[in-house]
Amino acid sequence: MIGTIRKLGRWGLGGFERLGRGHIFLFHVLMGIPSVIVRFGLLVQQMLSVGVLSLLIIVVSGLFVGMVLGLQGYNTLVDFGAEQSLGVVVALSLVRELGPVVASLLFAGRAGSALTAEIGLMKSTEQLSGMEMMAVDPVKRVIAPRFLAGFISLPLLATIFSAVGVIGGYFVGVGLLGVDDGAFWSQMQAKVDFSEDIMNGVIKSIVFGFVVTWIAVFEGYDCIPTSEGVSRATTRTVVHSALAILSLDFVLTALMFGNI
Amino acid sequence: MSSNSDSNDVLVRIRDLHFSRGDRKIFNGVDLDIHRGKVTAIMGPSGTGKTTLLKLIGGQLKPDQGSIQVNGLEVPRLKLSKLYELRKRIGMLFQSGALLTDINVFDNVAFPIREHTNMPPAMVRDMVLMKLESVGLRNARDLMPSELSGGMARRVALARAIALDPMMILYDEPFTGQDPISMGVLVQLIRLLNDALGLTSVVVSHDVQETATIADDIYVLSEGKVVGHGTPQQLAETDSDWVKQFMQGLADGPVPFHYPGTQYADDLLAGSEQGGVA
Amino acid sequence: MHNSKTVEVIVGLFVALGLAALFMLAMKVSNLSTFSGDDGYVITARFENIGGLKVRSPVTVAGVRVGRISNIGFDNTTYEAVVSMNISGDYNTLPTDTSASIFTAGLLGEQYVALEPGGDEKYLQQGGEVRLTQSAIVLEQVIGQFLYSQAEGGGDAK
Ligand SMILES: Nc1ncnc2c1ncn2[C@@H]1O[C@H](COP(=O)(O)OP(=O)(O)O)[C@@H](O)[C@H]1O
Ligand SMILES: [Mg+2]
Repeated sequence: MIGTIRKLGRWGLGGFERLGRGHIFLFHVLMGIPSVIVRFGLLVQQMLSVGVLSLLIIVVSGLFVGMVLGLQGYNTLVDFGAEQSLGVVVALSLVRELGPVVASLLFAGRAGSALTAEIGLMKSTEQLSGMEMMAVDPVKRVIAPRFLAGFISLPLLATIFSAVGVIGGYFVGVGLLGVDDGAFWSQMQAKVDFSEDIMNGVIKSIVFGFVVTWIAVFEGYDCIPTSEGVSRATTRTVVHSALAILSLDFVLTALMFGNI
Repeated sequence: MSSNSDSNDVLVRIRDLHFSRGDRKIFNGVDLDIHRGKVTAIMGPSGTGKTTLLKLIGGQLKPDQGSIQVNGLEVPRLKLSKLYELRKRIGMLFQSGALLTDINVFDNVAFPIREHTNMPPAMVRDMVLMKLESVGLRNARDLMPSELSGGMARRVALARAIALDPMMILYDEPFTGQDPISMGVLVQLIRLLNDALGLTSVVVSHDVQETATIADDIYVLSEGKVVGHGTPQQLAETDSDWVKQFMQGLADGPVPFHYPGTQYADDLLAGSEQGGVA
Repeated sequence: MHNSKTVEVIVGLFVALGLAALFMLAMKVSNLSTFSGDDGYVITARFENIGGLKVRSPVTVAGVRVGRISNIGFDNTTYEAVVSMNISGDYNTLPTDTSASIFTAGLLGEQYVALEPGGDEKYLQQGGEVRLTQSAIVLEQVIGQFLYSQAEGGGDAK
């Protein structure tokens, strides 16, 4: 009994310690950002592997999510004779929720896990340690460019996801199901507000980008430098990112759109 | 050990070093001196803390107690910026080579030059080719680290370690896992570079024969203490059991073959008891 | 791998694509192109009951959208709802005796304010007030009244 409680206590303390380490680490990373801006090439290189290489999965998923929304939305709305509002349903679902959330989840799976694995392997093959001995700060040289690249890429990806999704919804609704073209766009424009809906969605994706990339680089940097340690850290990145995205989404939605 | 008369001659001075990992004491009062211009070997069985000692010298770990002076600077108390200044003058060859795997051989050797100097590309190129030439790999410059054999990877790492013309190079187990030919090449290179560039070399190893051929001075570590010190000649003639066992590679001796713990018989008995219960 | 020029171009295209997506969302999906709300003017109206009217609900004249509700307040002395409407600058010739009603778009649709222009020569200005108002029709009240009158009618018939 006491043993169980002790174990629980140790587990809790361990968690807090990690949390503390994560914040100190974040502080160091943020201190390294100016040196990344000076060396722009490092950032561009990482934008390629973090952002551009995630583009395909984002575009394809966005298209299909938009198409499903068009189909489901139509089937529900047509019962109320309100299929003219299909554009509104598709656009609002995408820009407020699905764009930022699904894009971030995909990003965590595609780019976040890759970041963790890459940094973890660099640690386990002593590359980070080696840099330190060459008087190069690995946080500045390796972590900060990756962090900044992720932080910039995710909002772009989420926006692309939403835009492609709207096109997917349009394709199904107007192209296949025969919703009126003009009504689709005009109802959408009448109901979707730029600052309230679109910008809030962008703000969400900025927050998610920050948190997911932070989790990914920290898990890599903090992993146990063995193959098992790296594989666990990679799993943790995906799980923790998903939990963080979904719970933060609730908080942000409540703050932005809710009357709680 | 002679006193402070030769203090100018000593590049690394370690006194009363204590260090532990968790509950485990790794160093328990180590004193050693590394002289300028010499090849000093630090030997000991695996797990005695040889790598740990190099990391302490490089300031990546902090001792619990004791002093580590490099070139007159007290390493554990250096501010980060000063520590980085010092590290630019120390090359370290990691056990694994620690090459950056996403860039090729040329860029690996150029890495410290590009990070720490503002040389124009043409000059960087000349310097890199010079360093690669000295380890015999000038024509391997376009290979990726994954395309190198273990021995080549270590030579590239060596070229990188000397890229900024350091005053000292720390070698962590340079011979482990090498075939006889690349071993011979590395042994020669270490001696050659040391004398040609006027370096100070610290070679951490458990390969007695190879190390003995190039070292000017050998320290033998065991259980957190220095158990033997002298030239290869002196150590070969020692009458300390510890050193004898290590230098001659005897399986059992003062260093037990078995990891400390319960007696074998007790363990077997415990097993049969469990079997009886079940 | 890629040389750095190509990488820069690819990344540049990626960023451009992201910004283009944002531009599309702004212009094609949202109201940014039709109505920005900055160049308009604000008028107010008082209602006894606004029903389900919300901030950002549309304001129309003759079915044409001219603005949206910018704020809904409450007057503590008269117990009326004070509704502020942001009207686009393009529609600056609403007479001062314009009346406002709250209607529902369709049976279950959202509620909106319909303005009915009067005949006055003077126009509503920034901060002006619409004096003639008709409250929202609350469905429960209507049904209640209907049932009540049915019951009365039924009584007469007996
Ligand atoms: N990061 C670490 N955390 C905990 N213990 C470690 C760590 N690194 C090394 N050790 C322990 O310290 C001891 C010395 O390790 P090391 O210096 O690598 O030995 P050597 O290089 O002589 O083989 C080993 O017993 C090892 O278990
Ligand atoms: Mg070692």
